[in-house]
Amino acid sequence: MHHKKENIDIEEKVFSFKIFRFDKRKDQGPYFECFNVKAKKGMTVLEALLKIQEDQDPSLVFRYSCRGAVCGSCAMIINGHPNLACRIQLANLPSPEVLIEPLPNFEIIKDLIVDMEPFWKAYRMVEPWLMPGEREKQGEHLVTEKNRAQIDQFVNCILCACCYGACPVVSRDEDYLGPAALAKLFRFIRDSRDKRNWEDTFKRLDNEHGAWGCDTVFRCVDACPKQVRPTDGIEALRRRMVLRPFIRQAAHEAKSESK
Amino acid sequence: MRNEVLSYDVIVIGGGLAGLMTSLGVTGSQKLALFSKVHPLRSHSLAAQGGLNAALGNVPGSADDSWEKHTFDTIKGSDYLADQDAVEIMCRMGPEVVYELEHWGVPFSRTPECKIAQRPFGGADYPRTCYATDRTGHVLLHTLYEQSCRKNVEVFSEWLVTSLVIEDNQVQGIIALHYESGEVRAFSARVVVFATGGYGRVYGNSTNALINTGSGIAVAYRAGVPIKDLEFVQFHPTTLYGTNILITEGARGEGGILVNNKGERFMKRYAEKLMELAPRDIVSRSMTTEILEGFGFENAYLHLDLRHLGREKIMERLPGICDIAIDFAGVDPVKEPIPVQPGQHYSMGGIDTNEKGETKIRGLYAAGECACVSVHGANRLGGNSLLETVVFGKIVSTHLREFLKSQGDTRDASFLDKALEKEKQRIEELLKRKGERRYTEIRDELRRVMFADVGIFRKEEELRRACEVVQRLKRDYRDVSVRHKSRYFNFELINVLELEGMLDLADIISRGALARRESRGSHFRTDYPKRDDPNWLRHTLATFTPNGPEFDYKEVKITRYAPQERKY
Repeated sequence: MHHKKENIDIEEKVFSFKIFRFDKRKDQGPYFECFNVKAKKGMTVLEALLKIQEDQDPSLVFRYSCRGAVCGSCAMIINGHPNLACRIQLANLPSPEVLIEPLPNFEIIKDLIVDMEPFWKAYRMVEPWLMPGEREKQGEHLVTEKNRAQIDQFVNCILCACCYGACPVVSRDEDYLGPAALAKLFRFIRDSRDKRNWEDTFKRLDNEHGAWGCDTVFRCVDACPKQVRPTDGIEALRRRMVLRPFIRQAAHEAKSESK
Repeated sequence: MRNEVLSYDVIVIGGGLAGLMTSLGVTGSQKLALFSKVHPLRSHSLAAQGGLNAALGNVPGSADDSWEKHTFDTIKGSDYLADQDAVEIMCRMGPEVVYELEHWGVPFSRTPECKIAQRPFGGADYPRTCYATDRTGHVLLHTLYEQSCRKNVEVFSEWLVTSLVIEDNQVQGIIALHYESGEVRAFSARVVVFATGGYGRVYGNSTNALINTGSGIAVAYRAGVPIKDLEFVQFHPTTLYGTNILITEGARGEGGILVNNKGERFMKRYAEKLMELAPRDIVSRSMTTEILEGFGFENAYLHLDLRHLGREKIMERLPGICDIAIDFAGVDPVKEPIPVQPGQHYSMGGIDTNEKGETKIRGLYAAGECACVSVHGANRLGGNSLLETVVFGKIVSTHLREFLKSQGDTRDASFLDKALEKEKQRIEELLKRKGERRYTEIRDELRRVMFADVGIFRKEEELRRACEVVQRLKRDYRDVSVRHKSRYFNFELINVLELEGMLDLADIISRGALARRESRGSHFRTDYPKRDDPNWLRHTLATFTPNGPEFDYKEVKITRYAPQERKY
């Protein structure tokens, strides 16, 4: 993977942003508005949006924080594809006409700001925290680097909700937990330190709103800006549900061995 | 409901590591609310990459490491401005807190013996920095947030705290503005904890998140709380050329080298022994010197070369750096050197607290980057900021619980009501103002002048100019109007409110730097290039007056380590 991006000269080139507008308090329905922005070297979609907000229309709103593709605030649909606005440079866009829309599968509050609460609710539903066994008398739990590496891709999830916005199951079943929450659960299930009772956990998720809801069409994998593969986690949860008695035993033995 | 004042025992402002750690130590026993400008998981803590220091002695060559050695490295790194009792507390608690974080689920990288892995970092005699690849801040923030969900911490997201209410030297509560509704409300609290992070965006070329305007420090300052050592600003040596996104010191800890346009590993001329792993102030100055003398690329940056580490090690230890270099500079570190330049990174100074996190106001605490305990003195060592957030978050939670137990509730609701009316009026007036100036012009000029004239190298003439520019910008600010009048998600109003605080902080930084006629740690005066202990081994304190900051100084606490010259 080697992108020679900085050589593309976009200085002074005008980009036209067609942006989704909607104010739930006063608009009957959504509409699109166009704004032109003169590009600068290295300019990202987020910087262009900030420029529009600062110089042209202060009523245009969107979330942002880190501007370095690590905080997950500025997830939106850019030219039809979910991504982080701060991660996309104008120089890498296929055309100077850019379509900007809010993440789907959420209620829109204003413009590109959506109500994330259903996403956080699904996250909390899976009890996304480590449930360790007895505390080690002193020092740390012993964990193999191999085990850490196994959960690494799920640990890397920044909860930007690109996957949730891209998921066809979420769009038809609002009770479906969605890719990020299920992958987060797998991050803990797969963590050798976690001693949660799988029976309890699976009882709540062994259904079509949980692990079995996934269509396995990999939209989430395609949407993820951090190379996480939520479907892998969901598939692995399903395997554990089906093979529960056997895997449970095997995992128990493996954990005893690692001690 | 609308005007009802919600009442809490404890209000924590800021949802980053310090705020979450404090909250976790308080929740359950006390009525607690956490306020944040953004959802806690969007806090700047997550941008930390390299790790946190604790003398665990887990890797070869560090078996005889100890908290005392960590203390010494930190004090030496601080150029002897740190309060030594506070540094001792932090370094002694390091291992215990790291183990606690591990038990809460932090997925640290591991040694072959399955222990927490540690890497070398700048200014440290041992490999002491515990890490999770190069995403340590991310995993710490996520883990603490997970715990806050487990413990049902009540969070007010997307609220900007605009003022702190103090009466009779006692905290009464806060006033905050809700982003979505635009509502301005008062919240009563017996204890308020500031954990609001740094002010990086007062400067141009900053590694900081866009939200790091220092609004918390500014609110405390306006309420009369003394601000300490604000002239000490850390410039990180390796920020990505173009965007100034952080490239972790861990890249050098893992063996990365800095190279100039002659292909020379120039750090050997500046810090013979530690080279690239000298403390950040020294490396940043060396790099700036190289660039000024014509040995940079495009007169702007140098090369951070990782190629000799090989693909496997780079991908294992520094995957986040690869993403950043590829996404933002189009450079793959496996194949090409990374273009880097020094950039504003961290604030050593902040709200004046003692080693318990207490301010001089009863019931008011501060922890993390917004606080100045001081454990970093004139220069912070890499890996000590994450440590500070979790250690002092914990310490503050312990002390505030004691405070609540031992002190009666002396709040008087009428003070809060009055303050709320005053604040509503202030915001109303701001919205009605008919000035010609745009907040963006003032903000952008402020950032330029702070980086250029109150930057890595400082001198009288430039500092004077900066002070004058800041005064002019403060006057111009009175002519700033808010064009957007709606209350609903009014980011222009929020930016204008925050800009006032940024100007206050710039005022304190530049005047403090002008007054300090010596060079110490990050504060380097080309006209006074030597450290001057007889006159300047003391903390700067700035207190708000309507005519600008009033300065005072106070003793540095020296326990066991007599100041000596720093050599690396």
